[in-house]
Parts: sequence; structure tokens; C-alpha cells
Amino acid sequence: MSLIREPFSEGDSLIHRLDPRGKVLVAGTFAVLVAVAASPRTAAAGLALALLWLALAGLPPRRVAARLLVVNGFVVFLWLVLPFTYPGEVIWRWGWLAATREGLAAAGLITLKSNAILLGLIALVATVPIVDLGQALHRLRLPDKLCHLLLFTYRYLYVFEGEYQRLVTAMKIRGFRPRTDLHTYRSYAYLAAMLLVRSYDRSERVYQAMLCRGFRGRFYSLKEFSWQRRDRIFLTLSGLGLLGVAGVEWLLPLAARRLGAW
Amino acid sequence: MSELIIRVENLTFRYPGAPRPVFQDFTFELLPEQHLGLVGPNGSGKTTLLHLLMGLLRPQAGRILIFGQEVSTEKDFAWVRQRVGLLFQNPDDQLFCPTVLEDVAFGPLNQGKTTAEAVALARETMAKLGLEGFEERITYKLSGGEKKLVALATVLAMQPRLLLLDEPTAGLDEDTKHRLVHILKDLTIPYMIVSHERDFLNETVKKCCHVHPHCCQPQ
Repeated sequence: MSLIREPFSEGDSLIHRLDPRGKVLVAGTFAVLVAVAASPRTAAAGLALALLWLALAGLPPRRVAARLLVVNGFVVFLWLVLPFTYPGEVIWRWGWLAATREGLAAAGLITLKSNAILLGLIALVATVPIVDLGQALHRLRLPDKLCHLLLFTYRYLYVFEGEYQRLVTAMKIRGFRPRTDLHTYRSYAYLAAMLLVRSYDRSERVYQAMLCRGFRGRFYSLKEFSWQRRDRIFLTLSGLGLLGVAGVEWLLPLAARRLGAW
Repeated sequence: MSELIIRVENLTFRYPGAPRPVFQDFTFELLPEQHLGLVGPNGSGKTTLLHLLMGLLRPQAGRILIFGQEVSTEKDFAWVRQRVGLLFQNPDDQLFCPTVLEDVAFGPLNQGKTTAEAVALARETMAKLGLEGFEERITYKLSGGEKKLVALATVLAMQPRLLLLDEPTAGLDEDTKHRLVHILKDLTIPYMIVSHERDFLNETVKKCCHVHPHCCQPQ
């Protein structure tokens, strides 16, 4: 059995049943909006919206937390570097190390934004099986080549994984145990090289098989999507939510300034 | 005399860098209505012959005639591939679409059929092979035997006039082998099978040939 799974795409929640095209559109707009936001209030509003989608998707919280942990591993490095390198008002000093208020604020903002985007994508995009995602992107007029690259990559990931497992088993049954020595490094290099060569051979054979079936550079997709009532409701409400987030970023400061001028 | 399905004259083929050619002045014929088994040790050129016939490999010398037409250019072979089906040894090389239905419809769509025609043809072929209900299955999550039958469906959906099978029984269980035997027996087109399995060949073909560098000798 393959180790590659898409646990988030298996489910029966409201979010799972939505048309993937709508979810991809909303997720894309959301990600751009939160990414360009400059105020922590906007990022927090985005996080709230993402959490709402997540709650509707009914995904197992432990799995989601595990995935967040992976990304926040990178964020930790930001916290280690940003507060001490960002110029600004020093609020804490230890020897030659000095943390600035602006640095801490920037690290906090990035943490908030990256988690909001990630949760949004988990709730909306990870709940679409990759196969449907490829076809939805195709229907959204993304270039053919990109969609097929995604679908082919996913299709042959399983084959390469199988090949990798066989090679690893072949190494194990002949007593290979990874150690910190040249023999181990060399064996891993062979493994990687063999996978590469086999993948190349495989791609040749796949192409030949496609030629044998009259392939002339065109792909076809038979999948039909149709907008349902729930999709229209989802798009309307999410659109309002996105407008709200944009409002927090651009209208709130404007309103505050007006009030200040009075 | 009726027209030969395949005629190969004085063909020479050598893989780049190989010490000996696989075929030297090779001559071969396939008669209409014939079901032929190709046997021979590993590396004797059985798969190479099938790939030469489909134009996936090009000979250094000699002529290939298919349905009486001489074929040598890519354009000629594109014509051949619309009429001759090749079942690859490994179905993972053959199935690349997300769903079974899309994969089976891929060939007919390439032949210029409309989506509706292609889908109808695909469903019909799948029904003949006992693959009803597989339409929306994901190709890479099928079992080995299912993959093989779906791969055969993708080839048969193109309604070929000749079928070439490269070790169709490799890795199959007895059940699937039986199904394959019945499917082949029901076919009305000539076919050629490369196989190492005597029992399977005894059930599916009347004649077996041993592949040599110069010719194919009946056994």
C-alpha cells in the first residue's frame, strides 16, 4: 500500500461538497489579499475567516496542527533573526544583541499571515482531491501544460514511490544499515541516481505508449463541473468575507483618519 | 492470395553501442486471420520487433510493409498507430489519465472522434471486457490485474485491425489470465503475442514462432 495519502481530501463536509473551481478561486484571492496586507488587524481578520472555513470543513484538528507545525518550523527561524536585525527602537538588549520593537512586530505579522494563508489553503484547497484540482484548474483556463504537469507528477509519484520502496527493500535485505560513513553516502547516491535513471526510462515508455495511441500533443478532459446552489451561497458569503478583510486593511485606517480630522 | 498484414524484408537493426545487431537481414510475414505467438529467450528481440513495427524504433536497413503499405517516416507510422494496437508489458506505462474512462477515451479522441462518440466507444469496450463500473476509478489505484485489463481496453477502444501484445500475462493471477484468454478468443482481429508462457500461448494462438536474428521460425 502506498504511503502517499491525501487525508484532508477525504471527507463529506459542506466544504468538501463544494465545486472545486469556486474553492480555488476564493483560496487564491484570499491568499493574495492576506499576503499584501500590511496591518496585523487585517492578518487577524484573515485568520478568523480561515478558521471559519476550517470549522466548516470539519478536518481532524490534530492532523491540521501537525501540518501547521511543519510550516511554523520555518517561522521559528524568522523569530531568531528578524527581531535582532530589523532597525528600530531597541526594547531589549543582551550584550551586543539588541531586539527592536519593529523587528518583533514584523515577525509577529509574518507568523499571523503565513498561518492564516496556510489554514485557508488547508480548508479550501487540500479538501479537493488532486485529480479534481487538476481538472478544476484546467476549467479555470490555467495553461494546459501546467495542469498536465500537475496531473502527471501526481500520477507517477505513486510509481516512483513504488520503485523507491523496492530499491530500499533490495538494499535492506542485503543488510544495508544507514551509518555515517562513505559507504552509506555512496549507497544513497546510487539510490538517487537509479531513481532518476528509471524515471527517465519510464517517461520515455509513457511517451511511446501515448504515441501508439495516436497522441498529437492534445489532452482531453471529460470531467464536467456544475455550479450548485450551495456554491453560489459559498461564493457570495466568502466574497463578503474577503471584502471585509480588505475593508479592515484599507477602509478602517481611512475612516480612523477622518474621525481624527474631526 | 489475400494481402499480408505484415511483411518485413531484409531488416537490420542494432541498438546504439550494442556489439551485435538484434536483427540482420530479418524477414517476417503475418498472414490475415492469423494468431501468432512469438517466443524466444530474453534479449532475442521480441519486444524490439513490436517496437519496430509501431515505429518506436527505426531500422538501419530494410523495409516494413503494414496492410500492404510501406512505412518508414513518422507520418507513415502515425497512420499505422491508428490501425494497430500495442499492449505494453507494464500497464503503468500505458495508463496516464486520472480516471479510467478518460484513459480509455484518449485513443478514440486522438482519432478525431467527438467526446460523445469517444465516451460511448470507451463504455462499450469496457463493457466487453467486464469493466463496467470502473469509469470513475483512479487509474493508479487499481490492482495489477485491473490495470492490465484497463490498458487492454485503452487499446481496443481504438478499434484496431491488428493487436500486438507484449507479455500480457506478466504478473497476472490465474483468474485474470483466464479472463484474458476469453477476451482474446472473442476477438475477430488478428493478433500477435510475445510470451514466455506456454500454457497461455497454447490456449490463445495456433502457431508459435521462435525469433532469431534472421527470421522467425515456426516451431
